[in-house]
Amino acid sequence: MTTPPSVRPGYWTANLRYLAILLTIWFLVSFGCGILFADALNGFRIPGTGFKAGFWFAQQGAIYAFLVLIFIYVRLMNRLDREYGVEEE
Amino acid sequence: MNVQAWTFTLVAISFALYIGVAVWSRANTTRDFYVAGKGVHPLSNGMATAADWMSAASFISMAGLIAFLGYDGSVYLMGWTGGYVLLALLLAPYLRKFGRYTVPDFVGERYYSKTARVVAVVCAIFISFTYVAGQMRGVGIVFSRFLEVPIEWGVAIGMAIVFFYAVLGGMKGITYTQVAQYCVLIFAYMVPAIFLSILITGNPVPQLGLGGADLVSGEYLLDRLDGLHEQLGFAAYTDGSKSTLDVFAITAALMVGTAGLPHVIIRFYTVPRVRDARISAGWALLFIAILYTTAPAVAVFARTNLLNTVSEQPYEAVPEWFTTWENTDLIAYEDHNGDGLIQFVGPDAIDDSGQPVENELTIDRDIMVLANPEIAGLPAWVVGLVAAGGLAAALSTAAGLLLVVSSAISHDLLKGVFRPGISERGELVWARISAAFAVVLAGYLGINPPGFVAQVVAFAFGLAAASFFPAIILGIFSRRMNREGAIAGMISGIVFTAAYIIYFNYVNPAANTADNWFLGISPEGIGFVGMLINFVVAGIVSRSSAAPPEEVGRLVESIRVPKGSGPAHEVSA
Repeated sequence: MTTPPSVRPGYWTANLRYLAILLTIWFLVSFGCGILFADALNGFRIPGTGFKAGFWFAQQGAIYAFLVLIFIYVRLMNRLDREYGVEEE
Repeated sequence: MNVQAWTFTLVAISFALYIGVAVWSRANTTRDFYVAGKGVHPLSNGMATAADWMSAASFISMAGLIAFLGYDGSVYLMGWTGGYVLLALLLAPYLRKFGRYTVPDFVGERYYSKTARVVAVVCAIFISFTYVAGQMRGVGIVFSRFLEVPIEWGVAIGMAIVFFYAVLGGMKGITYTQVAQYCVLIFAYMVPAIFLSILITGNPVPQLGLGGADLVSGEYLLDRLDGLHEQLGFAAYTDGSKSTLDVFAITAALMVGTAGLPHVIIRFYTVPRVRDARISAGWALLFIAILYTTAPAVAVFARTNLLNTVSEQPYEAVPEWFTTWENTDLIAYEDHNGDGLIQFVGPDAIDDSGQPVENELTIDRDIMVLANPEIAGLPAWVVGLVAAGGLAAALSTAAGLLLVVSSAISHDLLKGVFRPGISERGELVWARISAAFAVVLAGYLGINPPGFVAQVVAFAFGLAAASFFPAIILGIFSRRMNREGAIAGMISGIVFTAAYIIYFNYVNPAANTADNWFLGISPEGIGFVGMLINFVVAGIVSRSSAAPPEEVGRLVESIRVPKGSGPAHEVSA
């Protein structure tokens, strides 16, 4: 195992903060809107479509949100790596 | 050309393509064999991961399941995609930084213990075999239904193909064939879906067609389906009948299980850098999402078509596809009331005088995708394409799983435990031998499936959720987690989950109802509880035993930072 490079403090904390925020959104769009509040949301429609909102989150919306979350995470982390000088060559 | 000729031609072309790719990309070193030389472009890896992940179940069964379950089918849609967020954020980049070849490599080294490594090997082999038997079965079924060869021959042909590229090419061969297989399977899935969407809603994008209006009545398609369901005594399509807690637990178990499956995790070892591992999880989910957001649309189109075509129609006048599938026992009609009409109704159905109506039609859910093109009257080549796509989905997953079994035997058991001094060349020979052995055993299980193959998929997810996922997460995010905690956690998680599933499925199947379940959670969702137990037990045990040695602390520090990955991480035996 190579010895760990010395990293300025704060890199890991910043990473954990990103994870906390992104995973909260992850939970809200799927378990929240798609399951726990699905019945309440089904009282509304996605405008201009036949989708009840809770049903749409469960079968479409959550998946789109997952995708967006991963790509946001990649951007945030690549920026963080550069800020702390720990990116790969 | 008729359906059979088209099927034969398209399947033959796709097989020739896979073999060609395999010859071009064969493996020369153990590094090629296990992790494709760690040189796979993140986009290709995303495609390969998507094909690896989407099995015969995703391609053939999922839309049918959703068509019959309605809202409750959402557990599969969210459960089998949400896990990629966990993979990308919590696992893939750190495991890639760790380097090495397999999941037991990580567990063994992070928990400085051969016992932990062996526990991980046993889980990996068990999970992969249960899964692969189902894939081989899927291959056999596609062959027998579309090409009218016996299932045994279908399995044997499938085995020969997988044998060829998995044994010859290892991970390198598998990766590039999976890229080809992804292209075949997604094309085969989308063509009929787009045709159907245009026919039913006039919108070529199935995801939008699903929310659109029906061309005939002008009503929203989903409202129309809910109306039909109510009329026929089924639960409304957009409402569920499972309890909210159960839906929650199943979704969670499938998500966490996805993130803990060794054949998926191992794919993230194949890219050159940590940042590639992150983005490649995103590409994988994008390629998966194309199919997964289309599936609910296919489900609704198929369901609507089915109800319109068969409900209250005279049995004498059924279309040709109905008779074809009746011959394979996938549709059965029994005229209970002797009126010659087909009553296809739900449990709450009543007639005009308020008397209950008996259902007369039994339909295998798998038909919904396989027969969809015929039901909608699409051209013969589309039907052939669906067969080729189903085979691509089954073969790509089978190959990925077989590689896990082969590396678990040659790398983790042989090199890691029994013969640490084995040479590179010797290990490569053993890797090929164990891959060959795994293919043959998988084929045997495909021809003689143990009675429990269908239910066992839930078992594999539950097991992965309750064992690997917490052990890996804690290994990365908790420096204090030690050998004792991880082993105790994995064992208690697995034992609890396995005992619950075995009790309700085999020991006392009569008691398998919501009233007897723990908090109303079905065996399908119990892996979620098993995972929680694993976390709690691991936490308590690790706090009351010695902290891990200092090198492990340094290992954890090192995997948390991208810098310093790459070719420097050769295996030091």
